[in-house]
Amino acid sequence: MNAAAYFSRQAQTLVGSLGRLAAHPFASLMTIGVIAIALALPLCLELLLQNATAVTSNWNEAFELSVYLDKAVGAARAEAIARELQARGDVATVRLVTAAQALAEFRASSGFGEALDALTDNPLPNTLIVTPSPAASSPEGTAMLKTAIGAIPNVATVQLDTEWVQRLVALLDLLRGIVQLTAGLLAVGVILVIGNTIRLDIQNRRDEIEVMKLVGATDGFARRPFLWSGIWYGVGGGVFAVALVGITVGILAGPADRLAGLYGSAFHLAGLDARTILATVLGAALLGWIGSWLAATQHIRAINPR
Amino acid sequence: MIRFEDVHKRYPTGREALAGVSFEIDRGELAFLTGPSGAGKSSILKLIALIERPSRGQVLVGSQNTSKVRTRAIPQFRRQIGVVFQDHKLLQDRPIADNVALPLIIAGVSRREIDKRMRAALDQVGLLGREKSRPLELSTGEQQRVGIARAIVAKPPLLIADEPTGNLDPLLALEIMRLFKRLNDVGVTVLIATHDVHLIEAFKSRRIVLGEGRVAAMTQSTA
Repeated sequence: MNAAAYFSRQAQTLVGSLGRLAAHPFASLMTIGVIAIALALPLCLELLLQNATAVTSNWNEAFELSVYLDKAVGAARAEAIARELQARGDVATVRLVTAAQALAEFRASSGFGEALDALTDNPLPNTLIVTPSPAASSPEGTAMLKTAIGAIPNVATVQLDTEWVQRLVALLDLLRGIVQLTAGLLAVGVILVIGNTIRLDIQNRRDEIEVMKLVGATDGFARRPFLWSGIWYGVGGGVFAVALVGITVGILAGPADRLAGLYGSAFHLAGLDARTILATVLGAALLGWIGSWLAATQHIRAINPR
Repeated sequence: MIRFEDVHKRYPTGREALAGVSFEIDRGELAFLTGPSGAGKSSILKLIALIERPSRGQVLVGSQNTSKVRTRAIPQFRRQIGVVFQDHKLLQDRPIADNVALPLIIAGVSRREIDKRMRAALDQVGLLGREKSRPLELSTGEQQRVGIARAIVAKPPLLIADEPTGNLDPLLALEIMRLFKRLNDVGVTVLIATHDVHLIEAFKSRRIVLGEGRVAAMTQSTA
């Protein structure tokens, strides 16, 4: 067989198999719908994960450590510690809030002004607000920084109010594992659904396959249209899945924006990017091919002229 | 062209269809395989087309010993044999043109060549112009001619037919038989299994008469 004939035959089979799918639109759409839902589920979870990661990475940047110095430490020593911290590679900025400044701020914002007047001395210590450098902004980096600062003489306590973010990040890692597992299981499910559809398809066209084999068709030749059917099922399912996720994002974008607005955040619910869409459709086509190949290879071999 | 050497065929059900059959058909010959139903006619054709393999003995087709043809090589082997069936075995959802062209499509012949040879085959069976019809739009006799066109389109050196006139009235049956004779005249070796003894009296070709899985009688060609 020469190459040109081979490709023209492939192209014909490709279009022919599409035509056969279109000849039974209801049955084909049912199969494609099942595949689409199976693919949309992990896609939605993945999207949730991506958005959650985007949100928490914003929080990571806002990591700050409050370093409270001993009450007895004076302004000179406080400035010395500030300079020492500023020299560290994992520190971006250090801001000194003197005891007097802190008291003034507290007086202004708390509404306890008159009660504070009753105090004879300032109960607040000198405080340093430390922002980690971007490289050290990870949960691990800030934890290390916290330990290091805690070891400096005259430092009373170091407070990191973001431990819950670390727990969230750990939770997201767990969720990521669950998404991958779900995606893997559903991919196997898609292969089985397509394999089963192709198996029924082959049984319905048993006579045709018998005739083909009688006039000298190889198993490979008889298999080819079914492989294309499988690929079409996959592509159809992938496209529908992307559409489903798009609709979901469209529905949720408004409420998500309102919620973010209430928190004063500029966060916007992100949809699927072009790469993910392409990967979904191509991946689904691959699953279709695998499913149909498994079914067709096995069942066509079993069909022999009588 | 075809040689059976003490061929036995026992099916998994235990039925012994052939119990030591030997005969030979020369290249370019037209021969009839007759005998009552169950005598083993179909089994012989199935052994030739490698739909079945003998339990014992040897079947030679062309210069090939069929027992040496591996399963993977069967498609290639079948392409040198045209087969005609009693029930035509046409693809009902495809036009006549696709049905006739099927062996060429399978063999990977170029599209222009396919078109030419498909028309030539339809012309030979007198159905040129019906390419776009579906099998069910044709009469039984016409469908059988489509089956014959498909069998000869790839120009195989050997044509075998299993009760090709089984469903046809005598006039149509005779017409089909004459078609086989014409093909034989241009050099194709033809073996036809039929129980219709009256029909083949008109032809002076060789007859192999089967009975109970053996060759009961053999007449030589009187042509």
